[in-house]
Amino acid sequence: MKSFDRTKIVLLVTIALVALLAYVCNRSPEFLQSRIYDILLGIGISIILAEGLNLVNGYTGQFSLGHAGFMAVGAFLGSAMSLGIAFPYLDGPTWAGAGWTVIFKVLQQGFAWLVNVFFWLHNSLVGLATGLPGWGKFLIALIYGGSTAALSGLLVGVPSLRLKGDYLAIVTLGFNEIIRVIIQNAEPLGAQRGLTGVPSNTNFFWVFAFAALTIYVVHNLVHSTYGRGFLAVRDDEIAAESMGINTTKYKVLAFVVGAAFAGIAGTLYAHQKQYINPEGFNFIRSVDIVVMVILGGMGNTVGVCIAAVLLTILPEILRDVAKLEWLPIWLREVAENRMIIYSLILIILMLARPQGLFGGWGKKKGAA
Amino acid sequence: MDSSTIEFIQQLINGLSLGATYALIALGYTMVFGVLRFINFAHGDILMLGSFAGFYCGPWVTAFTRKLAGNPDPTRDLTGFQDWVGPWESLLGLALVLVVVMSACAAFGMLVEFLCYRPLRNRPRITVLITAIGVSLFIESMGQFIFGAAPRLFPEIISDRSIDFSAHGEQWAGLTLLRSQVLTFLVTGLLLVALTLLVKRTKIGMAMRALAFNPTACALMGVNVSLIVSFTFGLGSALGGAAGILSSIERPSIDPLMGVLFGLKAFVAAVLGGIGNLAGAVLGGLLIGVIEIMVVAYGPSTYRDAVAFAVLIVILLLRPAGLLGKNVREKV
Amino acid sequence: MSLLSLDNVTVQFGGLKAVSEVSFSIAEGELVGLIGPNGAGKTTVFNLITGVYAPTEGKIAFAGKAVAGKRPYLITARGIARTFQNIRLFPSMTVFDNVRCACNMHLKHGISHALWRGAKVAAEEARIEAEVMELLGIFDLADDRDANCKSLPYGAQRRLEIVRALATKPRLLLLDEPAAGMNPTEKVELMKLIRFVQEKFALAVLLVEHDMKVVMGICERIAVLDYGQKIAEGTPAEIRANPKVIAAYLGKEASPEPTVGGSSLH
Ligand SMILES: Nc1ncnc2c1ncn2[C@@H]1O[C@H](COP(=O)(O)OP(=O)(O)O)[C@@H](O)[C@H]1O
Ligand SMILES: [Mg+2]
Repeated sequence: MKSFDRTKIVLLVTIALVALLAYVCNRSPEFLQSRIYDILLGIGISIILAEGLNLVNGYTGQFSLGHAGFMAVGAFLGSAMSLGIAFPYLDGPTWAGAGWTVIFKVLQQGFAWLVNVFFWLHNSLVGLATGLPGWGKFLIALIYGGSTAALSGLLVGVPSLRLKGDYLAIVTLGFNEIIRVIIQNAEPLGAQRGLTGVPSNTNFFWVFAFAALTIYVVHNLVHSTYGRGFLAVRDDEIAAESMGINTTKYKVLAFVVGAAFAGIAGTLYAHQKQYINPEGFNFIRSVDIVVMVILGGMGNTVGVCIAAVLLTILPEILRDVAKLEWLPIWLREVAENRMIIYSLILIILMLARPQGLFGGWGKKKGAA
Repeated sequence: MDSSTIEFIQQLINGLSLGATYALIALGYTMVFGVLRFINFAHGDILMLGSFAGFYCGPWVTAFTRKLAGNPDPTRDLTGFQDWVGPWESLLGLALVLVVVMSACAAFGMLVEFLCYRPLRNRPRITVLITAIGVSLFIESMGQFIFGAAPRLFPEIISDRSIDFSAHGEQWAGLTLLRSQVLTFLVTGLLLVALTLLVKRTKIGMAMRALAFNPTACALMGVNVSLIVSFTFGLGSALGGAAGILSSIERPSIDPLMGVLFGLKAFVAAVLGGIGNLAGAVLGGLLIGVIEIMVVAYGPSTYRDAVAFAVLIVILLLRPAGLLGKNVREKV
Repeated sequence: MSLLSLDNVTVQFGGLKAVSEVSFSIAEGELVGLIGPNGAGKTTVFNLITGVYAPTEGKIAFAGKAVAGKRPYLITARGIARTFQNIRLFPSMTVFDNVRCACNMHLKHGISHALWRGAKVAAEEARIEAEVMELLGIFDLADDRDANCKSLPYGAQRRLEIVRALATKPRLLLLDEPAAGMNPTEKVELMKLIRFVQEKFALAVLLVEHDMKVVMGICERIAVLDYGQKIAEGTPAEIRANPKVIAAYLGKEASPEPTVGGSSLH
């Protein structure tokens, strides 16, 4: 309560600092080309992803295994905005040869209309954005990637509401795969080939400004009286409902906010790598993010942040290890296959320290 | 019969044969869920291990049985039952491979349970869930590490061939049934009968049912819960191994990640039928297999892998307890 | 007019009618006891009133409006709050936060304000803190505000549940065995407190309690459940003399005569 305005100031100071650092980075073209810079951007994007998922899996206790799906939505639609890709409208069904199949045709027509409304909005926005300068377009792409991902979060969150634990995990994983398959079938988005030539707009400033914003939003949400509702849902749903907390609202909200940040992260990622492929957003990618949240300790903002940093650097280190010629060949192969190490981390952590590596850190005694 | 009907029957057969594989895996999910109330994410990977076990021991066993039969010409003409299922020496080979692989998978499943799940017996469900995800990823990545990521060709354990129906009447022209499909139906059927007898008629089956009904009371009544859980894992994994062999005979390209989609679809099958319900798992498996093949045949085939999830979402929204399951409410 | 009324309410779990054609009502500001042997359906009645279960048949009305089958949070918003027989605090939270959660419903600010904490939000959070602390003070929990709720002794956890329920500002408070596990002096203290808050906040209270001495002493009216059916209703004196009640309890090896302390019924 005392620290009310402190968070706002911390956010503004951090963003100013990030701007300053970004300015310094920009002075050195070699640094912008270096691998370190690339990894740094990766770290920032991981933080956005992991903190967003932490709201869902950690604070709200809804175990989602589909975060990469929302990231994919942001990556592809954000890039479509930057590249000026418009969608061709869907045709309705051919109405010849009625009979009982007319039911399907009506459904098909309704679906086509619904999708076309979205396409129309998308195409108009693309049209509006064409004249803008590069950074303006990028900002619109970010906001657009975030909002469309949030919308998909809503679409996933609502039907998943009744589910808990294992079921929810598998259904969100299923949505992840469905989103991926849809993109793989979407010719304007490059189908299986993915999108190339996405402008390289992502830089230090955007990544870390959004990382700071993510932490600010999640922190302030869960530490307000309003946001204690998330934790109540996680702790005891029935008690929460009986205390007047609309658990449905909080669950959907967690999904939407988490997905929005995943979408932004996806757009940032696309504009960093300049090439995206739907295969890169499969459920293995979701597991990457889940491991960050679990390693950091679910519902522990600081821990998750540290874990995001560590687990983004780890594959890079492993990649280097795999190149060391004096190591036995099998060890180098293990190092190349980071999933062996990730899965071992998960198993050992659960057996020995289920609260995560940093569980109990960065929180006051007794606080959540 | 016109050609579109024949085509439909053909797809139905293909769907049922794929569904039989799903059913075998779904049974494993359902049994483990019954006794432990948790979804063994790693179960699909047992199918992969079964396939690879068959990949390594298959050639040996076939060589052995062929020698036993005096190396007959595998393409020789056969009549009657053997025409439908293959020569006796390859049947024997299949039986041997199944026994070996099912025992190996059972042992592996019990080992995983002992090492990873037993220490977590009374921990929060989320902990167990995460461990199971970890185990699944570990088996997959170790599979890639040991077997290599590239697909392999499963050895020909039975000499597969298509059985032409036109010999049985003009109207069947165009319909084909593979020996491997006949065998899949036969073996799956036999395993189902055996499983039903085991669960319904034996003491250990009764203990399993009791554990599913009320774990606390079961422990209080002196049932050795650890033993039953271990047994259930073994049983489920053995069925998973059998599914691996049967599916690989029909679709011989195998790779270390093949278990992921099989596992997920079989899970959907278990939920569709009503998780915890043995008959439901079989029904769900067959349905998912048929639906998948029908979508490939008549719908947008590129959506093949999304279909099962769409079914899962619809089922959970309309009838969360599954087709044959019962709704239970949480006691407050 | 009655505040809460149950009209022929039935709920069925599989073959079991846990509550069967129960009717009764509570007036504004009244303190009513609900008693009955273990498994009689008292907790289920609470779950029906608060919307955790929907009745199979019958009507439930609160303040003149039907509430049966509505979502629990909506019913709580109408002014019914409860405690749980098997304590259901929010285990990861402090004592203060447990109560703060229950203020959620009355917040004027939403998600945007939770993100950008302006002066209005600060004032509201300060007001909530003051309210929570006052309630905690009444129940002698103010010193434990930053302790984890699970670290409290059992009796204190039960009191905290009551505080949490009160923080929703109810008109009707449902207490499910609030004194379970307490010793006689604690029980007397608790009942005084319940009386106190009942008068202070003008509450109607429905109390489930096994200790007959306590129930008979504090309640104006008592309803008795047995096997899901209401077998009697009346003043403490009437209940004590009712042969059906005596039979129900004798059948369960206990008597409705005042027993002190740990009753044999749980
Ligand atoms: N969700 C439920 N499913 C099945 N039976 C239930 C459920 N809730 C309560 N019951 C049964 O209803 C009966 C009444 O229980 P309860 O209301 O808890 O009794 P009391 O609170 O009077 O001790 C008991 O037989 C109990 O087992
Ligand atoms: Mg009770």
